Amino acid sequence: MRLPELDAVLADINRIILGKEQPIRLALACLLARGHLLIEDLPGVGKTTLAHVLARVLGLDFQRIQFTSDMLPADILGVSIFDRGSGAFHFHPGPIFTQVVLADEINRATPKAQSALLEAMEERQVTAEGKTRPLPEPFFVIATQNPAHQIGTFPLPESQLDRFLLKIELGYPDPVAERELLAGADRQKMVASLAARITPQRLVELQATVREIHASPALIDYVQALAAHTRTAPRWQAGLSPRACLALLAVARAWAVLDSRNHVMPEDVQAVLPGIIAHRLRPVDEIAHGDPEAVAAALIEAVPLP
Amino acid sequence: MARANRPVSRRQAWWLLAGALAAFLPLTQQIPLWLALASSAAFAWRAALTWRQWHLPPKWLLVLLVIAGTVGVFLQYRSIIGRTPGIALLVVFLALKLLELRAARDAIVTALLCYFLVLGQFLFTQTIPTALLSSLTVLITTATMLAASDDRPPPLMQLRRAGLMLAQAMPFMLLLFVLFPRVQGPLWGLPQDRYTAVSGISDTMSPGSIAQLSQSDAIAFRVQFKGQVPPQSQLYWRGPVMPSFDGRTWSVRQTLGAYTEIPYAVSGASVDYELTLEPNGKFWVFSLEMPGNLPPDSVLTADYQPIARQLVRNRLRYTQRAWPETHAGLIESRAVLRDALVLPAGGNPRVRALADEWQRRHGDDSAAILATAQEFFNRQLLIYTLNPPLLGPDMIDEFLFDTRRGFCEHFAAAFVYVLRAAGVPARVVAGYQGGEVNPVDGYLVVRQYDAHAWTEVWIAGRGWVRIDPTAISAPSRINSNLAAAVPAGEALPFLVRTDLSWVRELRYRLDAVTNGWNQWVLGYNPQKQRDFLAGLGLGEPDWRSMTAALAVLCGLVLLGLTGWVLRKRMRVDPAVAAWRKFTRRLGAQGIVWHSWEGPLAFAERAAAKAPAHAQAIHEIAALYVRLRYAPGASPQDLLSLRQRIAEFRP
Repeated sequence: MRLPELDAVLADINRIILGKEQPIRLALACLLARGHLLIEDLPGVGKTTLAHVLARVLGLDFQRIQFTSDMLPADILGVSIFDRGSGAFHFHPGPIFTQVVLADEINRATPKAQSALLEAMEERQVTAEGKTRPLPEPFFVIATQNPAHQIGTFPLPESQLDRFLLKIELGYPDPVAERELLAGADRQKMVASLAARITPQRLVELQATVREIHASPALIDYVQALAAHTRTAPRWQAGLSPRACLALLAVARAWAVLDSRNHVMPEDVQAVLPGIIAHRLRPVDEIAHGDPEAVAAALIEAVPLP
Repeated sequence: MARANRPVSRRQAWWLLAGALAAFLPLTQQIPLWLALASSAAFAWRAALTWRQWHLPPKWLLVLLVIAGTVGVFLQYRSIIGRTPGIALLVVFLALKLLELRAARDAIVTALLCYFLVLGQFLFTQTIPTALLSSLTVLITTATMLAASDDRPPPLMQLRRAGLMLAQAMPFMLLLFVLFPRVQGPLWGLPQDRYTAVSGISDTMSPGSIAQLSQSDAIAFRVQFKGQVPPQSQLYWRGPVMPSFDGRTWSVRQTLGAYTEIPYAVSGASVDYELTLEPNGKFWVFSLEMPGNLPPDSVLTADYQPIARQLVRNRLRYTQRAWPETHAGLIESRAVLRDALVLPAGGNPRVRALADEWQRRHGDDSAAILATAQEFFNRQLLIYTLNPPLLGPDMIDEFLFDTRRGFCEHFAAAFVYVLRAAGVPARVVAGYQGGEVNPVDGYLVVRQYDAHAWTEVWIAGRGWVRIDPTAISAPSRINSNLAAAVPAGEALPFLVRTDLSWVRELRYRLDAVTNGWNQWVLGYNPQKQRDFLAGLGLGEPDWRSMTAALAVLCGLVLLGLTGWVLRKRMRVDPAVAAWRKFTRRLGAQGIVWHSWEGPLAFAERAAAKAPAHAQAIHEIAALYVRLRYAPGASPQDLLSLRQRIAEFRP
């Protein structure tokens, strides 16, 4: 099962964001699995660019919402304004009515504003003034948050974090990539010059393909074994929920598609595991200070393949 | 020891309370009432502590209570040593231990106390219901132990786990039971205070004493005949022989054993059997007349009655050969014959007159007098009944001439009296007559209601001849059973009644089970063990080889169980088996597969390390992936995977 258009999409993004193949692949897998992405990182590492580039190469509309502490739900969802000409209230859709939303610094906003976004994400529709309006399809939220220890943040509760399919970190680029970035052309211009590689319709088709990817009983055994380990072994505070297992399987399917396979492999599960557990699983002893890669590696090495 | 100091959770406390109750309840009838009530109060206190989450009582209070309990037990029994005081003391400790559940260590101690109390139950009774009840207690206590280490699973799951663990322990239990070298004596014997009053034939006989026994269906003994069961009319089980008579009561001779071997010559046909005697609290070891050998550790009295050297307080089993046609005492000592003629002075004038007349007519021809007496009993039309009228001071006269209604003791007493009055030596023999063959297991079961009394008459040249005067008037008592002999409408023990066939059927089966339990579980002594092992073709093992066999077999069982558990855990997909073989081959070359490593990742790594085999490695991995993870693998793929791996030589 070769899907050259996805390879082209990845190649385009990697040309602009340098040295971040793995997070980019995860971001695309998240989109293909119809999930939303949470990026936790310092400012200036390319979060906005990533969202922008994804929208461009996939031919999607793009909006950015900068979260602040004085933000209200209406600032996200939209507001009804009295139109004197027609003599009626007219709904002005908020920035959320788009295909790719970049919700920047989501933990700067109050829980009220956060939950407005998260409910829209979950239900893929907005209800205002008693009327329910569907959000466009495909609909993809990339939220960024500052590391929780920064001043003036409202940390998202675990139940809200669970709405994000994946959580990734971009991190600083390695020196070679950084040098290329500094020496290369202006990224803004490069983004502007990008052409769409696929249509939104094709993307919806691809999302449907992902859902059909074969997960064999042996693989489901493996997912269950991983979950069972997190639930029984004493090193985890609380085990993975069934929803987390579903998320793991969904992203692993998308990962298999990106690898041109029609079936999920344990390697796929292992590759996406850090993003799945980063915001869901807390080790008791904070292995490697909670670095998701290290935590995932510890989990993987504790569970033999069934 | 951080684990031992973990506090006891509420759930664990409930479990411990359940385990303690399960161990305590069966013992309530053995311990004094005040202790049962006090312990129940302690349990209720524990429940309230757990329910309301109150603080534990202070230590000084517990110490006081322990002292009070110990003193109470001492005052009750004048001792704290022995079976009942010991168990009572343990109950005190258990009840109070529940009030100081501070840490996991206390929980373990409590559970162990519960196990110990289960053992205590067996010191009192060893029946099948006790065993079943104890199994239940052990199950609950084991679940409590499990809960003491992990209280999260729900109660049913704990019980299931405990049951599984006990089931796994079962083979070891059986092996230990069968093979552990046995010591002589009963499994649960406690000779010091294992004495309880049991109903049975006593050493005296007065009117009504045997009729009273006829209401009891308790088992006296069971007999397994080697060969045919002799006819009912030959089944006279000899018990106490009573030569002395004081006018109302017959009693046994007070001197103990006279012979350690059978003093008389045996003749005629013989019958072999094995008898399992229930405890009777007397010296009686019943034997079919006339015994050709003595049961172990017993002697024969001057009246040819086998008696044990010690009170029969435990179930006994012995084999005997009986000679029904033998008459003992062909040459009898003068003292015995003189005693067999003694009558109290005065009384019963009518009988005495009759006897005098016989004596005048026949002189000292004992046989003729005996025949006359038999004929006289027959002519008097005496009636055999369970409810004879009360008799006055001249009871023999009244019975023979006025009331003419009596039970076997009346018949035997009157017959002996008449003969003695006529100068013929005679004596009363008590014991059991008949019995009932259980069709389920073929054992003859003799119950208390088979108790009987008959007579022995000494005839010169023949010795002691057994005469059963009851048989003259009520032959059906001897030829079939009690129910057939008594007039219709008399109250009979439930089990003798013939009209409830399903009850009888049920009783036969229950009794066969109980008997099997007695014979094989409680009565599994060194002899039985030797026989059983010899039956298995193990020859005559001594304790050393038994211990060795025990160790080996336990090891084998452990191995088998481990294998079973492992097999269950690793029911291996053939593709996985082939893959493991492949990874082992590479492992031998230093390319080790980690059990968590995906096949594609491993193939990549292995191919990089062994570039010469890269293609083969990738192909094998691809086949394996198709079998395990891809849709629509065919059986052909498995064959080719196996073939590729068989050909693979890194």
